Amino acid sequence: MYVYDEYDQRIIDERVAQFRDQTQRYLAGKITEEQFLPLRLQNGLYVQRLAPMMRIAVPYGLLNSKQLRKVAHITRQYDKGYAHISTRQNIQLNWPLLEEVPDILEELASVQMHAVQTSGNCIRNTTTDQFAGVARDELEDPRPYCEIIRQWSTFHPEFAFLPRKFKIAVCASEEDRAAIHAHDIGIELVPNASGEIGFKVLAGGGLGRTPVIGSVVNEWLDKQHLLTYLEAILRVYNQHGRRDNKFKARIKILVKAMGIEAFREAVEKEWAALKDGPSTLTGEEIARAKSFFTDPAYGTIDGAASESALQAQATAEPIFGNWLKRNTVAHRVPGYQAVTVSLKQTGQAPGDITDVQLELLADLADQYSFGEIRSTHQQNMVLADVRQQDLYPLWQSLQKAGLATANIGYLTDVICCPGGDYCSLANAKSIPVAEAIQARFDDMDYVYDLGPLELNISGCMNACGHHHIGHIGILGVDKKGQEFYQVSLGGSQAKDASLGKILGPSFKQEDMPDVMAKILNTYVDLRGEEETFLDTYRRVGIDPFKERVYAKAD
Amino acid sequence: MPRLIKNGAVLSDEQWQAANPDADAAGPGSIATLSQWEALGDKQDSAVQLEPGDGVEALLPHLDELALVAVNFPVFTDGRGFSYARELRERGYRGELRAVGGFIRDQLHYLSRCGFDAFQLADESQLEEAVASLGDFSEHYQAAIDQPLPLFRRRA
Repeated sequence: MYVYDEYDQRIIDERVAQFRDQTQRYLAGKITEEQFLPLRLQNGLYVQRLAPMMRIAVPYGLLNSKQLRKVAHITRQYDKGYAHISTRQNIQLNWPLLEEVPDILEELASVQMHAVQTSGNCIRNTTTDQFAGVARDELEDPRPYCEIIRQWSTFHPEFAFLPRKFKIAVCASEEDRAAIHAHDIGIELVPNASGEIGFKVLAGGGLGRTPVIGSVVNEWLDKQHLLTYLEAILRVYNQHGRRDNKFKARIKILVKAMGIEAFREAVEKEWAALKDGPSTLTGEEIARAKSFFTDPAYGTIDGAASESALQAQATAEPIFGNWLKRNTVAHRVPGYQAVTVSLKQTGQAPGDITDVQLELLADLADQYSFGEIRSTHQQNMVLADVRQQDLYPLWQSLQKAGLATANIGYLTDVICCPGGDYCSLANAKSIPVAEAIQARFDDMDYVYDLGPLELNISGCMNACGHHHIGHIGILGVDKKGQEFYQVSLGGSQAKDASLGKILGPSFKQEDMPDVMAKILNTYVDLRGEEETFLDTYRRVGIDPFKERVYAKAD
Repeated sequence: MPRLIKNGAVLSDEQWQAANPDADAAGPGSIATLSQWEALGDKQDSAVQLEPGDGVEALLPHLDELALVAVNFPVFTDGRGFSYARELRERGYRGELRAVGGFIRDQLHYLSRCGFDAFQLADESQLEEAVASLGDFSEHYQAAIDQPLPLFRRRA
């Protein structure tokens, strides 16, 4: 993973000093509440319903064990002993004290971490595939480019006061695990006609109040132009994005208003002035970025023998076999497998992890996965480089710690924002809905029979729970002071991305498990051979679901 | 006589009067609004103030004639002026580039990186203390006006 040199460290240390001074001036009454707002937001500090919430950046979801232990220490020392993994692969604390945030930032800086630009109207944490570097369907490791973008966007002087927040995602695999169509800018590594790998650049995707699938701005961009091209897009957006209405301020609204042709033209015009300038990437810089993402010291393993030994273990102990099937994926190196650590145990808020669990994961990462761990936008964690022969002892440790729920990609692997329990923006609670559904569908055989199913829950229009792109999406809405839930079907974050369609009038919280049951029964009745929920929905449309859910009881 | 930070020091501006959008034309020694400035026959040593939304396009043919470009920030959260500054400098403007209006001390560093060299803060009493914020960072990743080479071209 990327390692700071003295430049990186100096920049991040100076940021801590800057924010310490700003916080002191704020507490002394020298900065107004209004002026302090963007300053604290760009240091990850939100004010929530009960206390400030602090969002720690995890650049493209990559952490080492030392960082994980530091986070565990911080949750214990400054918070309530747990953290939350967000849908931007970041880590959130729910209870820090404003006065102590500069100290937290200093602790983070000591392990090359920070909370830079994790909130506010600026360029946010760049995200990517949680299986980057190990996935079999990958064209090239996307992380060097994520790191190049991270450095470029960190404290970018021109783009710190944009019309609205700005999110970039990079994907380099056949299956899009980074939801690039739902980002302000989506970048995909693709070959051109002569086989050279460059970037396909999308813009104007996004969720929130007006969900939009991104449009292609550039079919193939030479790698060296990455930063100047991004700069051109941001410059068009910074000058022409709407600032009169916060709900119409994202780049997706600008792209729609201008039309993709005119938008592209404006970008090309700005780019003409920037292209081939000093920000053009050099071969040396790309090579330097790549040098941090080389292979760890993989052993030479007889893949077939390792595989058959593993299958024997799986057969001997079916619970292990089941976990193996649900929570691990193939690795490009023979004898290795990538493991998803489920943070979706029923009874625990989706994505929450305790200090003890964090420390255990740090130990397990050191023992079994070259000391590295990843956070996912589905709010789980990944040990990406585990030897097949180590999977069984790893599973035993995870199971003891409540981290081996075998539900990855299934109904109970719910994506869920903190919702009205914590967030002051929320219209409704989201965690209790997730928990009620997890509790209702506790028969795992039934859950597996339903097949791959993504349930995404957001407590408000801001869509932090990505409800638009869940196969089933749930959105909390406020109806005359009461919490209601709107259901949408047919969303997808995959390459064939689609936005969910609203089923109909919203429901009370206590009715949600029944509503889910009706939707799922409809699918089970209508599905064809091997058809997933999404396949069936796409074939039959929303009407059969609507009829069943809203049918009057006889 | 407005006080401002210029080239890192606090001083009084004895040369330029603030723009008066209600006047038909900009008087001598006063900063013109964009429409007043466009009406000027002789633009030699002139001064103009850009508002958010004005863009820099109209100025580009006259960059050598301008003595001062002021960029107004009616609210500090409107960041359009950051791009205006960079575009003006990148296209060759060398005169004074002054931030005026509601921007705040904590933006000084970014503003100066974007090419501003004069800062007329709304609260004049804070000027002396505010100078410190110009130096919030001693190193940067990206290229900007103060450092045209990105860090990756300079890394030892």
